[in-house]
Amino acid sequence: MTSVDYVAPTDVEAAVAALGASKGNAYILAGGTDLLVQLRTGRVHPGTIVDIKRISETRTISEKDGAYTIGAAVTGAEMSAHKGLSQTWPGIVEAMDLIGSQQIQGRASPGGNLCNASPAADCVPALIAAGVSCTIAGPGGRRTVPVEDVVTGPGQTSLDANEFIVSFEVPKPAPRTGDAYLRLIPRTEMDIAVVGAGVCLSLAEDGTCQAAKVALGAVAPTQVVVAAGADALIGSKIDDVALEKLGQAAKAACSPIDDKRGTIEYREKVAAVLAKRAALKALERAKAR
Amino acid sequence: MSKIHVTTSVNGEEVEYLCEAQQTMLDVLRDELGLTGTKEGCSTGDCGACSVIVDGDVVCSCLMLGAEAEGRNVETIEGLAAPDHLHPVQKQFLEHAALQCGFCTPGFLVAAKALLDRNQNPTETEIRYWLAGNLCRCTGYDKIVRAVQDAAAEMRGA
Ligand SMILES: Cc1cc2nc3c(=O)[nH]c(=O)nc-3n(C[C@H](O)[C@H](O)[C@H](O)COP(=O)(O)OP(=O)(O)OC[C@H]3O[C@@H](n4cnc5c(N)ncnc54)[C@H](O)[C@@H]3O)c2cc1C
Ligand code: FES
Ligand code: FES
Repeated sequence: MTSVDYVAPTDVEAAVAALGASKGNAYILAGGTDLLVQLRTGRVHPGTIVDIKRISETRTISEKDGAYTIGAAVTGAEMSAHKGLSQTWPGIVEAMDLIGSQQIQGRASPGGNLCNASPAADCVPALIAAGVSCTIAGPGGRRTVPVEDVVTGPGQTSLDANEFIVSFEVPKPAPRTGDAYLRLIPRTEMDIAVVGAGVCLSLAEDGTCQAAKVALGAVAPTQVVVAAGADALIGSKIDDVALEKLGQAAKAACSPIDDKRGTIEYREKVAAVLAKRAALKALERAKAR
Repeated sequence: MSKIHVTTSVNGEEVEYLCEAQQTMLDVLRDELGLTGTKEGCSTGDCGACSVIVDGDVVCSCLMLGAEAEGRNVETIEGLAAPDHLHPVQKQFLEHAALQCGFCTPGFLVAAKALLDRNQNPTETEIRYWLAGNLCRCTGYDKIVRAVQDAAAEMRGA
């Protein structure tokens, strides 16, 4: 057995240095709800485990001029307990809240959900729909990229080996904006999405949809942005015709797998239904603003 | 292989131990500290038998490293009862016979305590969702839910 190092730096620069100094592969540890299972089953063999939870920037939710910054290692339980965030971005918070049990909620983070790069990760479509970007720290400093540019395939991200996500930047919502995330699972709790759908939309004063973003999970190797679905909503009053077009666009955007949770045909059908329902839920929230 | 030195609080008492980087909190509790009330069911976060409370949040100790506990506050099943009386949730589990083989029981008790610490009037639905991460293969859950409801009532003084 080769020895594994554990470090818990207290600032971002020290964490980047620890990633660079590792003899073997270095792994970031946030909540560990994916990583510890992978350690246990021997899927990963770290040289160094870099625990980022002692860095206050990764553990804080803050608001400035209407824009939120969510630390990458903030837990689902902490996001649900945050009144401002829950009121402004209920879709993001409900997506995170769907992850696992209460025990998992006490540890699981949005950064881990994204970087574990599962096609079925629940928080990711909601973050993409809301137009969220992430701040990535590395040896060259910091860069900001849209969430949809992080995952490149199952278990694969575009991050360099000595980079990690510090926080998520959630833009100030336009007036009359609403977001929503829905998923289908065969049970009511504790299962992996067959399909997940995130929608965020903004209305003009007369109720016409001015901006929209639609993202699907679990229907392709990565989350997919359904641009044609957003186009179907924009300029409409989200009537039946627009919703029908959204459903067709969602179905067309799928390239799912057949497995025990659902066939390709079933997933495509559910993607259309969930995209429409999520749009209606987002609409209701936008109208209430 | 150099071990990691950790100082933390377990059930209100300061403890120190040495652990390997990959050793879980569950293994530390059971193998280093002799606190074998916390059980290992699955080691993958699915069963809740290993539930402990860390800084107020109920978590799976199988999904936490022992090294992470530095400076934290860890509560285990061993800390639930006061020296001279049981915690209401323990009392009600006995009252309702909410256990058979008992393997899941410490995890349920710890998770239920975490719920009752923040909500002394949970609905049945809230109790069932809160305990969804605790699996029991024997009881069928009903008696467990009733026991938690009655413990809540007892704690409210009702
Ligand atoms: C019982 C159970 C139920 C679950 N249910 C669901 C569910 O319903 N839906 C769902 O989507 N997921 C589910 N999960 C998976 C998991 O809980 C989530 O993906 C969670 O969000 C992971 O977050 P974490 O902080 O625990 O990640 P960790 O395990 O700490 O990290 C996951 C991966 O991401 C890397 N990483 C973590 N943070 C960063 C960062 N800031 N920068 C760069 N890399 C990073 C780690 O190195 C690791 O490779 C479940 C897991 C369990 C055990
Ligand atoms: S042993 Fe930790 S959840 Fe089963
Ligand atoms: S009493 Fe046997 S598993 Fe619950």
